[in-house]
Amino acid sequence: MMMNSMKSPFNFASGTIIQGKWHHNRYTIIRELGRGANGIVYLADWNGKKVAIKVSDNHVTITSEVNVLKSFTKAQGVSLGPSLFDVDDWIHNGSQISFYVMEYIAGTDLLTFIKQNGTTWLPVLISQLLTDLDYLHKNGWVFGDLKPENLLVTKSPVKIRCIDVGGTTMQGRAIKEFTEFFDRGYWGLGSRRAEPSYDLFAVAMIVINLFYPKRFQKHGVGIEQLKKAIQDVKELRQYRPILLKALAGKYSSATEMKKELLKLIHFPSAHHQTTPKYQTNKNQRAQTNNTRTRRKKQKNKHGILETILIVAIVCIIYAVYIFEQIM
Amino acid sequence: MKTGTIKQILLITDGCSNHGEDPVAMAALAREFGITVNVIGVMENDIIDEQGVREIEGIARQGGGVSQIVYSQVLSQTVQMVTRKAMTQTLQGVVNQELRQILGNQASLENLPPEKRGEVLEVVDELNETVDLEVLILVDTSASMKHKLPTVKEALLDLSLSLNARMGNNQFSLFIFPGKGNEVEKLLDWTPKLESLTTVFAKLNPSGMTPTGPALKEAITYFKEKHSVRGYLSRHDDEFYEESI
Repeated sequence: MMMNSMKSPFNFASGTIIQGKWHHNRYTIIRELGRGANGIVYLADWNGKKVAIKVSDNHVTITSEVNVLKSFTKAQGVSLGPSLFDVDDWIHNGSQISFYVMEYIAGTDLLTFIKQNGTTWLPVLISQLLTDLDYLHKNGWVFGDLKPENLLVTKSPVKIRCIDVGGTTMQGRAIKEFTEFFDRGYWGLGSRRAEPSYDLFAVAMIVINLFYPKRFQKHGVGIEQLKKAIQDVKELRQYRPILLKALAGKYSSATEMKKELLKLIHFPSAHHQTTPKYQTNKNQRAQTNNTRTRRKKQKNKHGILETILIVAIVCIIYAVYIFEQIM
Repeated sequence: MKTGTIKQILLITDGCSNHGEDPVAMAALAREFGITVNVIGVMENDIIDEQGVREIEGIARQGGGVSQIVYSQVLSQTVQMVTRKAMTQTLQGVVNQELRQILGNQASLENLPPEKRGEVLEVVDELNETVDLEVLILVDTSASMKHKLPTVKEALLDLSLSLNARMGNNQFSLFIFPGKGNEVEKLLDWTPKLESLTTVFAKLNPSGMTPTGPALKEAITYFKEKHSVRGYLSRHDDEFYEESI
């Protein structure tokens, strides 16, 4: 919708060769992977290896994203963003174009993945995401522009990956980049200061987005509107407690949210698992009731045993005491 | 490096000026005083004519700032982005100046090897976060802007939200043009919080004239007044950025 120079002006055909000015590596463009306000990402070939290249006419964007990716590499082990291979400039038709080269992550974006594979994957992927976010937060960063477009799901193993680190901000600073629907400031539910709860708000909005693929705009009081949006979808209602807590900024860490998310998932008992899926709700409810009463009975038995034991011990001690008195 | 103050004029308009001084010349003048001029052109369903676009781009170019033409639906995000982008641009100007002093005339951030560039940019980022910022907002309230004003208000509140998340101090003031009886009218004196705007904006009274040039001129005067008063009160290094741009 912007009509000015902020959109990247160039468009390179496949087969174009990008050659670095400083490190002299050659990359052959295969096809475009995506474009945003800050540049274009191409799939490219580098000595037979597939890599992703982000090019931009704005060298500042490139440099600050590289800074973030580098610090991720320092905090190694966890695959937060794509790993960084090269940073360079390319002289093209007399002008300098900055680019960086990173690992090519093949996958589908989160919304498409859930659409194709079902919402069973939702808690799995959100839990994975929270694990990664927790690591990111512990290292002093906040992801910032967290949204389904910036999240890819790889195939085997199925794993969620963050791909665009353009919004990643040091904690305590002002969020660098955001998208309104996922921004708590837009909904009137908090500041734009980079803190873990900022990302966790966005995670809640991602879950909501999965059931409202078209998103929606703010009308009136933000939190009331979001509460209603959750209430209106049956599958969303089951995540209500954690969503509301995240929207209110009440989680102090991603781990905390992850734990509560996993608690919300109901595992059918072993006995239950063999029952076919089409069983009616009534039956299911009856069964869960059954297991509950059985557990209660067991608890009661435990109680009686405990009482007998205590009485016995007291009796013995008293006996010993009497015995000593007599002696 | 000592942190100074960044001074910006943010002009929000939907088309051509038709009264008073040439706004492009006024923007050039502002720059001479160390004030950056950013322009946002707001469209609804109508398209801004070519002349309007040319003027908007001209003002920002001469004023050393950023311009953007947007539909009013995306105004909020644009306003804060343009302001921050212009800040970065100003700070980079300062850094490039320093680099030239150290490394000679040819040096600039772009000409450094990527590794060094990263280190310098971290300094720019740090400054961006901590520098003090003064934004004088000039809102075009001519008749055609009338139904866009609620969106403008929302965008300004959003701007305040974004900037107040920074560590540095912010000062905002708000002028509208044309004003009541005058070409320009001050609605809000320097304040760190734009939230006080809610009441102020209700008073708007859109009329036909668009005196963009005189409005810019008034904005420069207002900046100068602020700084001369402050100059007496304390010896600030406010002039730092003016010299280095």
